[in-house]
Amino acid sequence: MSPRRFLAVIGRYTLICLLLAFFSLPLLWLAFAPFDRAPGVAASLPSFTLDNFRELLDNENALRSLRNSLVLAAGTGAIVVTLAALAAYALSRVRLPGRDALLYALLLLSSIVTGTAAMVPLFNLAYELDLIDSQLGVILVLSGGLLPSAVFILKDFTDATPRSYEESARVFGASPLQIVRHIVVPLIRPGLATIAVWSVAQVWGNFLIPFLLLRSPEKSPAAVVMYTFYTEGGQPDLALISTFSLLYSLPVVAMFLFVSSRYGFRFHGGIKH
Amino acid sequence: MSAIDLVRLSKVYPGGVTALDGVELAIADGEFFALLGPSGCGKTTLLRTIAGLEEATGGAVLIGGDDVTALPPGRRDVAMVFQDYALFPHMTVTDNIAYPLRIRQVGGAERRAKAAGTAGELGLDALLERRPAQLSGGQQQRVALARAMACHPRAFLLDEPLSNLDARMRLEARTFLKRLQRELRITCVFVTHDQAEALALADRVAGMEDGRVRQVGTPAEVFRRPANTFVASFIGSTPMNLLEGEVREGGRVAVGPAEVPGGPGAGALAPGDPVVYGVRPEYLTYAGEPTGGAFSGEVTVVENLGSAQLVTLDGESGSIQVVVDEDTEVAPGTAAWAVPRPDRVLLYRDGALVP
Repeated sequence: MSPRRFLAVIGRYTLICLLLAFFSLPLLWLAFAPFDRAPGVAASLPSFTLDNFRELLDNENALRSLRNSLVLAAGTGAIVVTLAALAAYALSRVRLPGRDALLYALLLLSSIVTGTAAMVPLFNLAYELDLIDSQLGVILVLSGGLLPSAVFILKDFTDATPRSYEESARVFGASPLQIVRHIVVPLIRPGLATIAVWSVAQVWGNFLIPFLLLRSPEKSPAAVVMYTFYTEGGQPDLALISTFSLLYSLPVVAMFLFVSSRYGFRFHGGIKH
Repeated sequence: MSAIDLVRLSKVYPGGVTALDGVELAIADGEFFALLGPSGCGKTTLLRTIAGLEEATGGAVLIGGDDVTALPPGRRDVAMVFQDYALFPHMTVTDNIAYPLRIRQVGGAERRAKAAGTAGELGLDALLERRPAQLSGGQQQRVALARAMACHPRAFLLDEPLSNLDARMRLEARTFLKRLQRELRITCVFVTHDQAEALALADRVAGMEDGRVRQVGTPAEVFRRPANTFVASFIGSTPMNLLEGEVREGGRVAVGPAEVPGGPGAGALAPGDPVVYGVRPEYLTYAGEPTGGAFSGEVTVVENLGSAQLVTLDGESGSIQVVVDEDTEVAPGTAAWAVPRPDRVLLYRDGALVP
């Protein structure tokens, strides 16, 4: 190996190591800080303790907020999966003029609906509908924002299922809803799992919409409540924040692992099987 | 009673494409009926219209005397076997066969027992717990047939039932299908583009072209006396020779320089009438020596068919194909003659058979 090449290899690996460190340091902090007696903002080997968890369990707001997150995520996930499956099936089977344009327009606008730009009209809408400080309001707004992408992804799955399955069931007398339940849903199950995980993860991490629409702290989800963890002195309570962050991220990681082992995440949708 | 009657059945797609153009057919109870034609002739549309998967734009479909034109597919009491079998991939063989019963809300235990019974009749006992992906093509077809049988329909509709099988399986499945239909004595309509399949399976065949039925008859009728040049050219494993000619005195026909016997139809025509002279390659006798009343030409192609050979003669009368015995030596490039069998000659005037 020439010295020149040797240097190039060393340079390449150094760069990779730096990049790796950049991304892994926050994760290391998340893994170590909750067990540290006096957590700081730097990742360091902890002097081991479980006191932080005890403190968190005593904090009523923290656990309730995780339950609230669960309600929002489950509610939104259920609505998105159900409606997206029905819409994707209908859109892939019924010829509508301008169907594709409609889908693309919705996809484009959906990022605005749950984004900062629509904050004021969303608030006004929720106010008029008496949905301020209601978890249902948050669920509906989030579902609305996620649905276009979900329909778009699922339509690829429904497009790829042959029509003769459904026609066969129709000749045997199955109703459209029976066809969806018995034939279409099992066939696109990997797609539904992808959508469910994706929408739950989106809701779990969403801060803006619940922050905007929920008034009372006892209805707020984890992402919003975390924002309120300060010590009496106005400093961020790092012990509480780090412990809570760990607890907060575990369900999503667990769900990814479960669904991935069950269905296997592939790059669905890009390539027709 | 499960005869199927089609009354001036029409299907015009939005955009003006006519798929069915006043189809009139009477299919008898218990009959094995073939819809035969090239792709795009409307045969599959016709089958799907009988099933109710396509809506007729005119005319009526009657099954067992009941007008079902306005009924959805599930209420017509027919079963359809699709070209790709359409077995549900996420269900076992049992669940697939039991599916029609599930729709009719038959209890779980009862429908599994019934499915197992039907599967037993078709020799599928060992496969009940498998999924469609774990079955061979022939087994998949049997499962599809079992599923169709499970709901005891008034009629079977089969879309290209043999086309997804390899050549060897196809013959086996053909015999199986015919025996099954005989045993069940069920009205059965199937679609095929393969004339050999239609002739072998069906009690009667309807030849279709451009959304119209051009001839209905038994396999023997459509093979021996095709009613028009379309059916004549479509039926038969080697296509019929169809040559432009002109009627002469004495019941003979001139085709180019050759003057050949005009067959039974020639008497009805006057000398000078233009006709199309039709004779199957099987009904021509090959001769290496000059012969009277024969086509002459040069041997250009020799195709081996196993027990026979198909010889193409190019001469002034046109290109003519002759089936020659396997023992006769035929060399390309030599001159040869083909003598038609007079009682098998067919004459067509304006595309229609001269009786």
